[in-house]
Order: sequence, then C-alpha cells, then structure tokens
Amino acid sequence: MDATAASSPAPARPRPVRSPGYWTMVGRRLRRDPVTMACLAVLLLIVLSAVFADLLAPADPYKASMIRRLRPIGTPNYPLGSDELGRDMLSRLLHGGRMSLVMGILPVLNALIIGGLLGIAAGFFGGRLNMAIMRTIDVLYAFPSVLLAVAISGALGSGLTNAIVALTIVFIPPLARIAETVTTQVRGMDFVDAARASGAGSLTIIRVHLLPNVLGPIFVYASGLVSVCIILASGLSFLGLGVEPPQAEWGLMLNTLRQAIYVQPWVAVLPGLLIFVTSICCNLASDGLRTAMEVKL
Amino acid sequence: MFAYILRRILYIVPIALGVTLLVFALVHIAPGDPLNAVVGPDAPAEVVESLRRAYGFDRPLPVQYLIYLGNVLTGDLGQSVATGRPVVADLGRALGNTLILSVGAAIVGFTSGILLGALAGWHRGGLTDRLATLVTVIGVSVPHYWLGMVLVIVMAVELNLLPAMGMAPGGEGWGFTTTHLKHAVLPVITMSVIPMGIVARSVRATVAEVLQQEFVQALRAKGLGRGPVLRHVVRNVAPTIVSVLGLQFGYLLGGSILIETVFSWPGTGFLLNEAIFKRDIPLLQGTILMLGLFFVLLNLLVDIAQAALDPRMRRS
Repeated sequence: MDATAASSPAPARPRPVRSPGYWTMVGRRLRRDPVTMACLAVLLLIVLSAVFADLLAPADPYKASMIRRLRPIGTPNYPLGSDELGRDMLSRLLHGGRMSLVMGILPVLNALIIGGLLGIAAGFFGGRLNMAIMRTIDVLYAFPSVLLAVAISGALGSGLTNAIVALTIVFIPPLARIAETVTTQVRGMDFVDAARASGAGSLTIIRVHLLPNVLGPIFVYASGLVSVCIILASGLSFLGLGVEPPQAEWGLMLNTLRQAIYVQPWVAVLPGLLIFVTSICCNLASDGLRTAMEVKL
Repeated sequence: MFAYILRRILYIVPIALGVTLLVFALVHIAPGDPLNAVVGPDAPAEVVESLRRAYGFDRPLPVQYLIYLGNVLTGDLGQSVATGRPVVADLGRALGNTLILSVGAAIVGFTSGILLGALAGWHRGGLTDRLATLVTVIGVSVPHYWLGMVLVIVMAVELNLLPAMGMAPGGEGWGFTTTHLKHAVLPVITMSVIPMGIVARSVRATVAEVLQQEFVQALRAKGLGRGPVLRHVVRNVAPTIVSVLGLQFGYLLGGSILIETVFSWPGTGFLLNEAIFKRDIPLLQGTILMLGLFFVLLNLLVDIAQAALDPRMRRS
C-alpha cells in the first residue's frame, strides 16, 4: 500500500472508507452463526408449510373415517398415520401449525405493543405515573405465568379469542418491565439531556432519541417469549381452554390423542414433537439474534 | 436487618391486596350471570333474586369486594358450586398433593441443575459446558406436558416399569410406600426438567461471572487452593441462586396443572381443571387465590433469604 502510494506521482486522496452500518454488521454476524441460520431455516419451513397447508396437505384434515381410525405411521395413504377419528395426521399437522403459530405469535405482538407503551411511558415520565403502572404490573407478576393464563382463560371460557386475550395479559408484565428498565437507562444519558436543553419536547425526544435505542432490546426480549407462548398456548388447548374441536391445532390434537397412547403411541406424540421443534428453534434463533444485535438484558 | 424485613412486608401488603382484587374480578369477567352455574337459566325469577341477595351480587361492586376480602381474611373461601363442600377443605388436601410433586421436582431439578451449572461455569467451554447448554435449551423449550406423555409411553406402555397415572391404586391418599413413590416418579421427573434447565443456566452464568472478577484472581495470586477459592465463589453466587430457586419453586407449585392433568394427579391443578369444566367459580377463585398468595409469600421469603446472605442487599 505504502509503496504504491509513494510511487504514484500525484497521490490520490484516500477514499473515505464507510464503516458498515449496524444492521449490516448484525446480518453479517447472523450469517456466520450456523446454529441460528439452521433454526431460522427450520422456522421458515414450518411457517411456509402452515401457510400453504391447503396445497401441501394430501387429504382433507377434517374428513373422518370410522373404519380407518388410529392407523400406524407409514400406512398407504396415511404417511403419518391417522388419528382417533380416522383423519389423516399429516394433513392435520400441516393445518394445525396455523393455529399454533397464530396463538404463539399474536399474544406476544399484542403484549409488545401494550406492554412496550406502558413501560416506555413509565420509564420516561417517571414519578407517579411510573408508580401507578409498575405497581399494577407487580400484581400481575404475583402469579406464575401458567396459573395466570389458566385463571383468565378459565374464567372467560374456552375459545381462540379468550385464549389470546389471556396470553396477552400474561406477557404484558415482562415486556413492560423490560421497556421501563431500558427507557430509564436511556433517559439518563447525555444526549437526551442535550436534546432537552436544546428545546425538544417530550414527544420529539421519545420519537427521535428514545425509540431507536429502546426498541431493539424490547424486540429481542419479545422474540424470546414466542417460544414460551407457543408452549403455553398449546398447553391451554391441551387443557381444553384454547381452540375448540374439531379445529386442527397441535395442543388440542395432543389432548385428544392422549387416549390413544396404548394403541398408537408414536402417532400420538407427533403434535408435541412439532411444538418442541418450533419452540426450540424460536429459542435458539432468539439467542442468536440477541448475540448478533449485541443486546445485553 | 429487622428494618429491611419490615419494609419488605409493608411492600407486599398492596401486592397481596391486588391479588385478591384480581381473583375477585374473575367472577365478573366470566361471561353470563354468575348465578347461572348455581341455578340454571330456567329458574323462576324470585329464586334467582333471593339467591342474588344471598350471594350479595345485588350490592355495589366495591362493597362486594370488601365482603369478599373480609371472608378471605377469616379463612372463608366460599362453597363449591358443584359439590356444596367448603372450598377450603378440598383445597387443603389438593395443596398437600401438589406439594409432594413440587418438593420432589425441586429436589431433583435443583440438585442436578446446580451441579451441572456449577461444573459448566467452572470449566467454561468443556464437555460439561456443552452438556449444560443442551440441558438448558431442552429444559426451556420442551412442552413438559408432551414430555410427560413420552415418558408414560416409554416407561409405562412399552417397558411396563412404572404406573402411568394416579397417586395410588384405588384413589387412596398419599403415604411413603413403594407403590406411592412409584406413582410419583414420572410426574416428578417431568416437572423437574424446566427448573433443571433454568437453574443450570443461571448457576453457569453467575459462576462464570464471579470467576472473572478481580478478587478471584487476587485470591489465586495469593496462592489459595481450589477449595478456599470455591468457598469465596459460593458465597458470592448464593444470593442470586437463592432467588432463582425460590421463583422456580413458585412456578412448580403454580404451574403443576398441566402435569397433574397428564398424570391424573389429585392436586391443585386437578382441582382447577374440575373448577373450569364445571364452571365452579368459587373453587376456581379459591385455588387461584391460594396459589397466588403462596407465590407472594415465597417472594418475600426469597428477599429475606437474599438479604441474610448478602449484606449489600439490605441497604438498597
């Protein structure tokens, strides 16, 4: 480098090297992490197979057949066997992913918005508002999450909407708490003081200075909750509190197939295996994302 | 220390009140008239009216709450709509049965989690470390109700080694006999997987963090052997771990419903299940309230234990 620079008659001005942006770096780190990439690929596969279940499923997931009940894995026309009402397992598993994914993701998204807003408001404005919000959150924290979900959806009764409402309430406290902690940290930084000194209003400070610094950690934390939510949501269906029969959903399928463990044990565990795979991939992908985004929680 | 304990107790009073308020609200978020479960929809209007007065549902909400709070404070959790028995009686027995599972799962999960986590934290990057990571990931990702089913299939259906469900043959109470213990093995193992993973992760992280602090280097530089250094590390790790263990025990108690359903174990989860499907709101409220208050109390004990172990906590 030096030699070429010295020998050239008119040394060209060094080209300004633009350092790669934050998201470029995150993408680069993610691509170098084989575990996270593999998990993201599996998740993509699960999502796609749920979205295109209509095209992929070999049979009608709701067509029962009394004479073809509980066929083993590998039966002709029933590659993954049939369930207690003679419905094709492969088709039901493909369709069941839809409900399980919706119930796993939607409550976390709802809670991300509600809990995030509450936490940011509490952290930014402090004082009495903080007291009021955070003490209410503390009460919700006084219940183990499974118990809170069962209590609310038990009182509301079974059904998809009720389960989603119950799970949203379960995930508001942790997200509000994280949002509050991060907001309080950022609010104490010099650039926020500088913005305020230069006359910026609260809304401008939140929009321009706070949100870009706060959203990353909250988002990463929320991505970790998706796996918990998938397990909890299927658990509610497993208890008979989530979606209602004959709807295909992994937790509910596990519940109705429980009677069949003496006849076709390995067909009965398939829905749970899918919940497990989805949840473990969500967890590992979230960990990878956290490392790549350099978020410390 | 005394002042600290007093402050913590004062702090949990509003939270405990909040818990009662939330449990009280369960009646009112339940769809339909709360009396429907008692008399059925086609009962004559006079009967419904007199029952409404008897249950106090005609009073304004704040008054209803105060009456409820008064009843709770005197140990009256109401009567089960389905059986007519006082909720407290059924709840006592069920709590005992849930405690058997939770304590068993705590012993198994906490010991293995602590051992695994400590070894992994001490030998970062080694084989135990990788094993601990694997156990952690499985522990936090596995749907434990499914794991219970798999264990039943392997141990009860295929190998016929252990009973699949119930607490004892014939539905009798608990006793420390071989038959009873055999019935508890599968549910205890299933329940211990989540705390094992979470405890292993926290112990590993805390041990690794403490080991990187300067005082450990100083101790080693001074020529201290492994044993004495370990003692210092344990003392610094303990407060964090105690709080993790306390919380996990609370989750075991409050989250046993799914496992109890899989194994037909007659504990609080079983009671909750029954309450939900018979729309027995007093039983639902009573069970949730007890488990919630238990959790609040457990948090208080954890705070006190932490302060006892770490003098720095008392000042904050």
